Amino acid sequence: MPDPRPITPGLFRDDGARPRLLTGRCPGCSRRHFPSAPVCPYCGADGCVETPAGPHGRLRLYTAVLSAPPGYRGPVPYGFGVVELDDGLRVITRLTEARLDRLRPGLSVRLVLEPLFTDDEGRAVISYAFAPAE
Amino acid sequence: MMRPVYVRGVGIHSFGRFPDASVTTLGCHAVRAALDDAGPSARNFQAAFCGTVYSGVAAGHKVLTALGLAGVPIVNVEAGCASGGAALALGAAQVASGQYDDVLVFGMEKMPRGIIRSSFFEPWREEAGLAATPAYFALRAQRLMLESDVRVEDLARVSEQNHRHGVANPHAMYRKALSLDAILASPLVCEPLRLLMLCSPNEGAAAVVLSARPSPVRVLAAALRSHRAGSVLGEHTPLAGIADETISAPTEMAARDAYETAGVGPADVDVVELQDTDSGRAILSAEELGLCPKHGGGAWIRDGGGAMTSRQPVNPSGGLLSKGEPLGASGLGQIVELTWQLRGSAGDRQVPDAKLALAHTVGRGANACVVILGR
Repeated sequence: MPDPRPITPGLFRDDGARPRLLTGRCPGCSRRHFPSAPVCPYCGADGCVETPAGPHGRLRLYTAVLSAPPGYRGPVPYGFGVVELDDGLRVITRLTEARLDRLRPGLSVRLVLEPLFTDDEGRAVISYAFAPAE
Repeated sequence: MMRPVYVRGVGIHSFGRFPDASVTTLGCHAVRAALDDAGPSARNFQAAFCGTVYSGVAAGHKVLTALGLAGVPIVNVEAGCASGGAALALGAAQVASGQYDDVLVFGMEKMPRGIIRSSFFEPWREEAGLAATPAYFALRAQRLMLESDVRVEDLARVSEQNHRHGVANPHAMYRKALSLDAILASPLVCEPLRLLMLCSPNEGAAAVVLSARPSPVRVLAAALRSHRAGSVLGEHTPLAGIADETISAPTEMAARDAYETAGVGPADVDVVELQDTDSGRAILSAEELGLCPKHGGGAWIRDGGGAMTSRQPVNPSGGLLSKGEPLGASGLGQIVELTWQLRGSAGDRQVPDAKLALAHTVGRGANACVVILGR
């Protein structure tokens, strides 16, 4: 089996039991963003610093996507929502749970890195999602 | 010194599905209608702005070439759902500045069916399932419901009202009244949004001749704003207000600019055409434009706010929920409708004695455009 690959480089890293999202921190205004980028999207300052974040967060908004949107190569249905990480940054994310009666605002969730689909070269493609932690 | 800008002529190609017509054909129809409405000398316009998103290279040039009207400067304008409004804002500025006396503004689209695919999302976001546009609308609607007393029945009321209005609009795609029960029972797309709470991407065209020559309807303001950085650049949401609540919505910014320029407030407006991509968006639009208090949108729609019989009818055309949404044409379709309203020529859907009208579009980018017309 060929090695798995991330869905795109620079989004996350896997420290064994403690996966992290790679967010950016602005040296000027201190605001955070995701994915990490060299220029702060809030104030335009250069030199943003890559800052690992997660894996814990709270669910803020959520819905379920029932049919595959354009270009999506994973299973349906899937959950989709906004998670606030423990340090306050909010990210748009896929959720492993699509049953809405298992989700609620404020639910404790954790980052998971998991194969989403197999690419044309037969490699497992790893993406990030959040799963209920309770 | 800026000059007054007038709407000299308007024209539309009905919104719907037209498998046998190219986008150029749709555009030609609307441009011809607007030039006919404006009178013979309007063919001497000195510049043209064409709003479109999916029509490809030099789409506006193809229309004016087909009509034997090319030669003037032609600029194709893309600003997502606000493309038509953006084209109008550019054209109005050219007339106001004295650069040109007559400017043609038109918009047109042939949308793919289903969820709109968009180069707005990088390929990995599509692969990861983050390009599910209705899911973003659903999250924004959920935030609205968590922060205020809007319930799913209120979302159905918005759709019911728009479809009730759309029955009287011969240019709308859907001209059938729908019951609240039918809307609530329609297939779930993304909780809380049902199929009949979402507009359909479709096809159509609209055109407006702007002029320094006095006409009954005047453009009092045409304001365009984009979302402040943060959510858009950092999180790539197609809409404001999902992840970052600290940034003003683009509609609020454009509305503030437009009201200030026109010297009016929301209560002065007699008739409104606002963005109702989905029912939640319609309520948010009403709040962000100041038609009702923030977090008062639920009470507003329950009390019949926006109905034809109300103090301030909203979407007499039936809105995008009835008309469908051809991106480049939708904003100018509003201008056509409101021009007819201000002229008193809107037929069965006429708002009595309408003197001041507001058009609003907002969409991916994020962009918002607010236009105020008066007579």
